[in-house]
Amino acid sequence: MNASPEEPLWEVFVRSRRGLSHVHVGSLHAADAEMALRNARDLYTRRREGVSIWVVPAAAIEATSPDEKDSFFDPAVDKVYRHPTFYDVPEGVEHL
Amino acid sequence: MREFVTSAVTVVTVYGNDFTTPEQQAAPDSAAPRPADDEPASFRALLEADDRVEPRDEMPEAYRKTLIRQIAQHAHSEIIGMQPEGNWISRAPSLRRKAILMAKVQDEAGHGLYLYAAAETLGVDRADLLDQLHSGRQKYSSIFNYPTLTWADVGAIGWLVDGAAIVNQVPLCRCSYGPYARAMVRVCKEESFHQRQGFEILHTLSHGSDAQKAMAQDAVNRYWWPSLMMFGPPDDDSPNSAQSMAWGIKRFSNDDLRQRFIDMTVPQAEALGLTLPDDAIAWNEERGHYDFTPVDFTELFEVIRGNGPCNEQRLSHRVRAHEEGAWVREAAAAYADKQAARKQTESVA
Repeated sequence: MNASPEEPLWEVFVRSRRGLSHVHVGSLHAADAEMALRNARDLYTRRREGVSIWVVPAAAIEATSPDEKDSFFDPAVDKVYRHPTFYDVPEGVEHL
Repeated sequence: MREFVTSAVTVVTVYGNDFTTPEQQAAPDSAAPRPADDEPASFRALLEADDRVEPRDEMPEAYRKTLIRQIAQHAHSEIIGMQPEGNWISRAPSLRRKAILMAKVQDEAGHGLYLYAAAETLGVDRADLLDQLHSGRQKYSSIFNYPTLTWADVGAIGWLVDGAAIVNQVPLCRCSYGPYARAMVRVCKEESFHQRQGFEILHTLSHGSDAQKAMAQDAVNRYWWPSLMMFGPPDDDSPNSAQSMAWGIKRFSNDDLRQRFIDMTVPQAEALGLTLPDDAIAWNEERGHYDFTPVDFTELFEVIRGNGPCNEQRLSHRVRAHEEGAWVREAAAAYADKQAARKQTESVA
């Protein structure tokens, strides 16, 4: 029953309308990229949820590890001066 | 991929609910997921903050197993659920009804695929899950082991079965496991079309000839009790519920959800001009809810044990469809290989 070839996993990204970026919506199995796009259309845009689809082999994605989330994102933690709210603005100064 | 974990206990998931037959509850089941004493602190912190657990986060093994089982069986229910309605596609009474029914059945396939994809984020393969379904090691919702005898049954399934499913599934949109919750958001959006088309079928029949109205009433009579059973046994009798609630997988008890469904459905039945087959249904001013006759779960457990009207037919049809579709998967793979080889030759040349 499981003699069928294993189809690779694809991650699907959909642009819901022009002006917005593609957003991850889920994944699916397909033999190749063309089939993945067709399957993604049938699976994730049956109600006109998208105007453009990306499919990416799941195996091609590199991700940060949740274990290292503290150390990996540490450099951003102590740089509050990157935010405008860090600075004191004298009273009465506008448009700054 | 991690090895797939099989629980020795057959737990039946009904559209996102999770319960067992009494003998399985009584059996000491060491293989069944149990709350781990050593829940990772990061996991506990996420739950306490009502934040979502994502695929690569640390999580207790029992939480992972419970989710795999529940999501897989939810997925199985969606694809087996295509059969009772698919039965009527070729005999829908009009082209309009036929187009709608095809869209609905296609949605059910889609729901199954969203859910298999969510289960795969926990480190299992879809092919393994299908294998577990085909070999009977994993179950699907027992509601689909009832036959669709008339066209009105398609209406009753949409109105009552999908209606009960929605009540069960809406809280799952806030489930602690991110991929499951996101899949459920998509599913719930689509289910409301399913429920309305069922209601419309029954409304049309109910306002048609006497025979049509009788057909609608008969369908409601047959599907009412199985729909109430979809919420699972009473709270006292549902040992998995407490752990699932502690983990943020389940948000409301079986009895609360059942009551919510009945409160929603009674006025809808009045609007349809149909009755529900329970003389005890009456508004209880004091409780602020409708009273009803307690559900007799003997039948549910019989169906779960495999003695429902269509258990054998549903499973054998699924296995046959899988086997007869093998050539399509093989052809797609062969075509992909050929295209890849051709591309490589071209790039070399």
